[in-house]
Amino acid sequence: MISFLLRRLLSSIPVALLVIVVCFLLVRLAPGSPFSSERALDPATQQMLESKYGLSGSLPEQSLRYLGNVLRGDLGDSLKFRGRTVLEIISQSLPRSLLLGSIAFLLALGLGVPLGAWAAARNGKTADKWLNGFALLTLSIPTFVLAPVAVLGFSFALPLLPPAGWGTPLQLVLPSICLALPFVGVCARLTRSGLLETIGADFIRTGRAKGVSEKTLILLHALRPAVLPLVAYAGPLAASILTGSLVIEEVFAIPGIGQFFVSGVMNRDVFLVSGVVLIYCLLLLFFNLIADWLTAILDPRIRLQS
Amino acid sequence: MTFRRGIPGLTGLLLATSLLTSCQSRPRADLVICNGAEPQTLDPALVSGQLEGRICSALYEGLTRRDARGKSVPAAAEKWEISPDGKIYTFHLRPDLRWSNGEPVTSHDYRFSWLRALQPSTASPYAEILFGIQNAEAFHQGKLPADSVGLETPDLQTLRVRLTHPLPYFPSLTSFTTYLPVHQATVEKYGDRWTQPNSWVGNGPYRLLDWKINDRVSLEKNPSYHSPKRAQLQRIDALAVTRASTAFNLYSTGQADLLLDKGLVPSLMLPQLRGRSDFHPGPLLATYFYRFNVTRPPFQDVRVRRAFALAIDKESIIEKITRGNEPVAQALTPRGIADYNPPEGLPYDPTTAQGLLKLAGFPQGKGFPRVSLLYNKSELNEQIAVEIQAQWKQVLGVEVELRNQEWATYLRSLDELDFDIARSSWVGDYDDPNTFLDCFVTGRGNNRTGWSDPTYDSLLNRALAEPNAARRLKLLAEAETILVTQAFPIIPLYHFVGCLMFDPNRWAGLYPNLLDEHPFSEISPR
Repeated sequence: MISFLLRRLLSSIPVALLVIVVCFLLVRLAPGSPFSSERALDPATQQMLESKYGLSGSLPEQSLRYLGNVLRGDLGDSLKFRGRTVLEIISQSLPRSLLLGSIAFLLALGLGVPLGAWAAARNGKTADKWLNGFALLTLSIPTFVLAPVAVLGFSFALPLLPPAGWGTPLQLVLPSICLALPFVGVCARLTRSGLLETIGADFIRTGRAKGVSEKTLILLHALRPAVLPLVAYAGPLAASILTGSLVIEEVFAIPGIGQFFVSGVMNRDVFLVSGVVLIYCLLLLFFNLIADWLTAILDPRIRLQS
Repeated sequence: MTFRRGIPGLTGLLLATSLLTSCQSRPRADLVICNGAEPQTLDPALVSGQLEGRICSALYEGLTRRDARGKSVPAAAEKWEISPDGKIYTFHLRPDLRWSNGEPVTSHDYRFSWLRALQPSTASPYAEILFGIQNAEAFHQGKLPADSVGLETPDLQTLRVRLTHPLPYFPSLTSFTTYLPVHQATVEKYGDRWTQPNSWVGNGPYRLLDWKINDRVSLEKNPSYHSPKRAQLQRIDALAVTRASTAFNLYSTGQADLLLDKGLVPSLMLPQLRGRSDFHPGPLLATYFYRFNVTRPPFQDVRVRRAFALAIDKESIIEKITRGNEPVAQALTPRGIADYNPPEGLPYDPTTAQGLLKLAGFPQGKGFPRVSLLYNKSELNEQIAVEIQAQWKQVLGVEVELRNQEWATYLRSLDELDFDIARSSWVGDYDDPNTFLDCFVTGRGNNRTGWSDPTYDSLLNRALAEPNAARRLKLLAEAETILVTQAFPIIPLYHFVGCLMFDPNRWAGLYPNLLDEHPFSEISPR
């Protein structure tokens, strides 16, 4: 087990480095300069800035220089937010996204799995149909519609919750629900279909024949193999939900990391973009690893191999 | 098994800890402002945006400052003398000036700060606003040493500035962000990171308490400030909010007291807001215009440019699209600058436009090459472009292709003159027509049209050298007449209108004004 984890972790390093180099190159190749603005900058100042931030020379030179810095733990300075290092921006913004994302992730699983199990137990009945409808609805309403409607409902029509902002636990309620809701539907559907498939399996039929109660059968025996597809889905989900969402962060004025994925590219803030992509990449690799590990625990037939 | 049971517990513990550390409840500030995007910097030499400039004007004090109506008034300099030729300004500083760390503010600090902004290594985006000072441009280009720049400090309270030309607006220019002073020892000690709250030092009515990325900049009253009564609020929070609907929600639920930018008021709501007592619109010193690339055919021909300009019904754009009662722009410089009358420009005249296009060899648009209209991606720009495209088609019979680019790509296209027609806007930095007209002098970085006219350049040069204010403005008006009635490298479309939102029964010291200046130190509760 430990050697598997170590091997996987070590093999992640070149992947992560490759990802940031590709990201660095893509942003550098995009037309436009990180230093341009509506007010023209004189060429001498432009050159000065480029050499100051290590953006002079050929693209391979720049990428190597950047890679060297990253290996030394230096993610560079933001080109737009002067005097701020990328590490500082990430260390301030990431914990906020992690907090919001963790709540949303737990909500998505905490609501989605029981709802899916409940629907599977009532397969084909009215409750199952309602639940299916609910799951489809949460999946098909885009966040940019859901979030403003939630604000309208719970901050204006029923003035219970603040419409935006950061700093109090109450301000987390609406954004975490809006962030979680689309995934509640996915988790419910994955659990339901997994369970339905398992319920028809031979070992469940045997259990039933031996007189095991339906509740024990589903919760103890069927649920474990049934959540395997969900576990595979939850790995990438955790990485994306924990790194924030542009729309949720904008609508609820959450100072998280999600918006830097877009604004960083728009501003050609190459070190910031590469930095946040690196974080996303590491989280993705980590949660996929956790998902593989959990899969092996849940299903003894699966062996861990790198 | 024990470990697996431990996972939920551990997650819970982590969550609770994050909740406590990330959501530290703070008491609400006395004034909460929705200020727009996250400030890119709070170093006055590096600031190029208005939202950063607003915070800087609370943190630092220039020789002069803007009052609540945007008028320039004495600040760190209590008085000044001007030499008879208008080229030497001698500023006398107040004796009681202190930095926020208690050290005295001297004339050396202003000299150091201005030279620092000019220094090529600082890479100030606004260095050219200091070029009116003797030899400043040459120093910026590395051709002359710092000692040659026209800044002298005969004593700690006196700053003598030698200008290349008489600039009647120079005292008001010293309130501009690039002219604000910085604390030399702090800048030298901390380098790029001196604007962080734990290292920051300033001399304004407020001091920097906290700065959380994408969240807020918190300011508190500066006890070392010479006139403590001017800062009437204990704490101010400037929130980083970019989405208009979010800013408006915060304002409507009382979480924010003030919306400081038109961009933060949802444009769809403008018609409903117009009658409300907390809605305060006012014209701004800013113009939305189109520019031609005059280096390429067919816009090398002034008749074609003129035809395109005359074929736009600007009123209809304001009625149908912008809907903010914006003044139609016939000239580039908006009205409202003291004693300056911008030229009348030319009215909407489809018949003349058609005649001109015929003279240029394209009767009813026949044989007109395919040209494109470039704009940066935004709903407003697109709507305006679509409307004007339709008007040109209808009046002139020409097909204009729309070309939409995201911001950085669009700026590159402008710089490289890779366009036929492009949308643009310009916001005046100071209340003088020169802030607009100087853009179109031959070879200026902001010209971005390829247009060059020796008469225009010489009028602007003569205006620079002219000590008589009235004659100077007349020369500038003559130059602008060339720009908007004869040569048409640009088509001014409309002047921007700003909107403030605040409850006038709760807040005093806020007035819509041309420069959109709303110093925090002027705001007080009623």
